[in-house]
Amino acid sequence: MSIFEYNGSALVAMVGKNCFAIASDRRLGVNLQTIATDFQKIYKIHDRLYLGLSGLGTDAQTLYQRLVFRHKLYQLREERDMKPETFASLVSAILYEKRFGPYFCQPVIAGLSDEDKPFICTMDSIGAKELAKDFVVAGTASESLYGACEAMFKPDLEPEELFEVVSQALLSSVDRDCLSGWGGHVYVVTPTEVTERILKGRMD
Amino acid sequence: MGDSQYSFSLTTFSPSGKLVQIEHALTAVGSGQTSLGIKAANGVVIATEKKLPSILVDETSVQKIQSLTPNIGVVYSGMGPDFRVLVRKSRKQAEQYHRLYKEPIPVTQLVRETAAVMQEFTQSGGVRPFGVSLLVAGFDDNGPQLYQVDPSGSYFSWKASAMGKNVSNAKTFLEKRYTDDMELDDAVHTAILTLKEGFEGQISGKNIEIGIIGTDKKFRVLTPAEIDDYLAEVE
Repeated sequence: MSIFEYNGSALVAMVGKNCFAIASDRRLGVNLQTIATDFQKIYKIHDRLYLGLSGLGTDAQTLYQRLVFRHKLYQLREERDMKPETFASLVSAILYEKRFGPYFCQPVIAGLSDEDKPFICTMDSIGAKELAKDFVVAGTASESLYGACEAMFKPDLEPEELFEVVSQALLSSVDRDCLSGWGGHVYVVTPTEVTERILKGRMD
Repeated sequence: MGDSQYSFSLTTFSPSGKLVQIEHALTAVGSGQTSLGIKAANGVVIATEKKLPSILVDETSVQKIQSLTPNIGVVYSGMGPDFRVLVRKSRKQAEQYHRLYKEPIPVTQLVRETAAVMQEFTQSGGVRPFGVSLLVAGFDDNGPQLYQVDPSGSYFSWKASAMGKNVSNAKTFLEKRYTDDMELDDAVHTAILTLKEGFEGQISGKNIEIGIIGTDKKFRVLTPAEIDDYLAEVE
């Protein structure tokens, strides 16, 4: 059994019209035993940039701390927030620094550019970026998420519809995965506002 | 070292609160060849004299204006070899930034890093300050920018500046000629006229250097032929 599947996770990000959604499950387990059902897997970098970390929970938290540290230094130095593309390159570089002893995480990055253009991207645990125009998935439920997203995604969705689509995709996918679930956590980010919602799913 | 007992170590303050080695470095800059820069509405121009010690020197082998990144160029007054060290360090810094963020380094960041190197050389043991002042010209998301960096490591953003021999004359000239709505071509003309003011001998495309960057965000050094064209325009 892979260390990436030790705690279990499901992550998805989707692009809409001038907006994006990023969603995760809330389970933290040790193999098949559930430890917590309110585990945070999506982190805010700044108002328009979010980071999801799937994989080993402990590495995810450490990696997040390092990235926040680097982003704060960047903000002080350059007196601006990082662009999503720039942040993705930073994450990639930090992961590759540990090429032969990696963080056991697969990040998902979603953000809005200064021109309100959504950006989503994922990468493997050593920082190989994968950019997408529509959606990206990660975690133990990634296979079922691919299926659900491919079936349900439509381009240029408005924020409300995007929330529905991403939530349905997440909930139906985690039901097909033993290691993720226990509800969901969804962020929908538009140029003007961020809506955060907790989903209840099959709580078993 | 007859000057004073405080001129032996650059890390020792004199009782009046000065670091005399830095003052000496500024003297080296002040006696160097004149360089100047002008920030226009749509670009930046930097220019310098290129006086060679002998007519036998091949002028094409001397390049006083260098590019640091595709959108940032630099010129110096003072000691040529010190300049090359700074150019090498700055280019490395720019490349490291690019490697990390996959994005060209902003002008302010590169200037800050370069200034930090120059500051370090005023406080470290076994080294001396750089005998150069730099004019850094760049164009990025924040528009056209012109910075001057001094041996002490202090830096300022300028609309137009000059350094080296005849600084005060050149600056007075620039103060008279500068306008905020100046276009790049006008700025090149002004730069040439300012150089001409304090120039000993006949100015030509071979004994001055000009670097420009416009809205295309590509810094380039003008060829002697292009400079001659500009010279013909200001006649």
